[in-house]
Amino acid sequence: MLEALSYDFFQNALLAGLLLSIISGVIGSLIVVNRITFLAGGIAHSSYGGIGIAIYLGLPVLFGATVFAVITAIIVAIITLNNRNKADSIIGIMWAAGMAIGIIFVDLTPGYNVDLMSYLFGSILAVSYNDILYMFVLDVLLISIVLYFYKEILAVSYDAQFSSLRGISVKFFYTLILVMAALCIVAAIRVVGLILVIALLTIPTYISLMYVNNLSKMMVLSSLFAALFTIIGLVLSYYYDISSGASIILVSVFSLFFAKSIEKIKQ
Amino acid sequence: MKTLIKINNLSFAYDKTPVLENISLEIKENDFLAIIGPNGGGKTTLVKLILKILKSKKNMISYHIEDSVIGYVPQNTNLNLDFPITALEVVLMGHQVKKRRLFGYSKEDIECGMHSLRQVEMADFKDYKIGSLSGGQRQRVFIARALCSHPEILFLDEPTASIDVKGQQDVYDLLSDLNKNMSIIVISHDISVLLNYAKNVAHVNKNLVFHTLDKISKSLSNTSEHLCEVELLSALGQNMKHECNHEH
Repeated sequence: MLEALSYDFFQNALLAGLLLSIISGVIGSLIVVNRITFLAGGIAHSSYGGIGIAIYLGLPVLFGATVFAVITAIIVAIITLNNRNKADSIIGIMWAAGMAIGIIFVDLTPGYNVDLMSYLFGSILAVSYNDILYMFVLDVLLISIVLYFYKEILAVSYDAQFSSLRGISVKFFYTLILVMAALCIVAAIRVVGLILVIALLTIPTYISLMYVNNLSKMMVLSSLFAALFTIIGLVLSYYYDISSGASIILVSVFSLFFAKSIEKIKQ
Repeated sequence: MKTLIKINNLSFAYDKTPVLENISLEIKENDFLAIIGPNGGGKTTLVKLILKILKSKKNMISYHIEDSVIGYVPQNTNLNLDFPITALEVVLMGHQVKKRRLFGYSKEDIECGMHSLRQVEMADFKDYKIGSLSGGQRQRVFIARALCSHPEILFLDEPTASIDVKGQQDVYDLLSDLNKNMSIIVISHDISVLLNYAKNVAHVNKNLVFHTLDKISKSLSNTSEHLCEVELLSALGQNMKHECNHEH
């Protein structure tokens, strides 16, 4: 472990993993309590369209993914607020369409030979200084928003009808939650990739739900779990030369299984 | 007694399907009104129109009180029982914060929430996760949430649904106590218990028929102790299309 820490790339990976853990604990909690995992999955996969377009236009990949993911989140919010019955079908279509757009734009890019798998499954060991800076800014931004609007977000997430009666704009805060989920997903692209991001957002929160009585504690505990799983996953990936994103997710899944087993035994 | 809300010839339709027709009703100070009627008869729609959750045509409903003193306890059947939120946090949702803090609640906010919890005898459960409470305890917490805004009139939609008989009695005892300081309007099917507390009954089935407690008492003198909605209306000289499945 100490040997690994002496390498710059491993230090960057660890820092990126910890920054992502904080934000995924906070936003992942909102995704789980609002029961919008499928929506977040749709946003994650469709943001591949933004990656493809950014590569084609020669723009920074994270910028392209951010713009595309945020637009998708707003569209998903409008659809689900206005037509809940058809929401799952429409999100499924956006999920596939976004990926198709990404693939086609990458195909159209002359001479392009970057490993696309790194965006799908993560490549934390290739994290750059700019990526870390981007994640840090997102961490500060999203945590500030959640802190400032915590009471409104809690109220809308728990009881939208009552919140509306108290004069809280359910539409605005629901859209805000989805946009924050989109930004968090983009931050996670480098660490675990678009395919595995939902697992990192939901598994630590799902485990912490067993031990807490309120949302703020859930956010803190989820962040700690996510950080623990990220560190263990990174160390395993370094020593066994396996994919970092996949090993972080498998550590999370194993921990979930372990926590659930202990809960069953206690009962 | 002072009239708090007056409804005058109110009609409402979802798309082109009429739900309420020519409803007139006055809600007075310290009233305890039971709104009964068949499923789909328009009871919840009527309350949602009064609460402005649904929009009615202009001047159909006149208010002689501020919006902020109208409390509401909705049907809470669809709420997520796994949601990580404490009883106190649920109550504080009903509190109008005067001075915004960056995070958390001020001492004043918490004291307001605790006062409401004490009113419903749930202060000892303030840190319990809402989903871990019994149906009756949860309902008390939701009533405390409505009390947090210091209402003069409190609407409750099926407050005793999915609660055992003892729990129902407790909820109505609490409402009866609260009725000393505010008007209570309850939508419910549990009329056998509710009639021990209500002062007036409004039967809503597209139209509205209003009955006072005196009329109900006289009409019920010859009926069984545990009566159902059909029997009540029959005693009052009204017919309902659905049948009673009440066990005597």
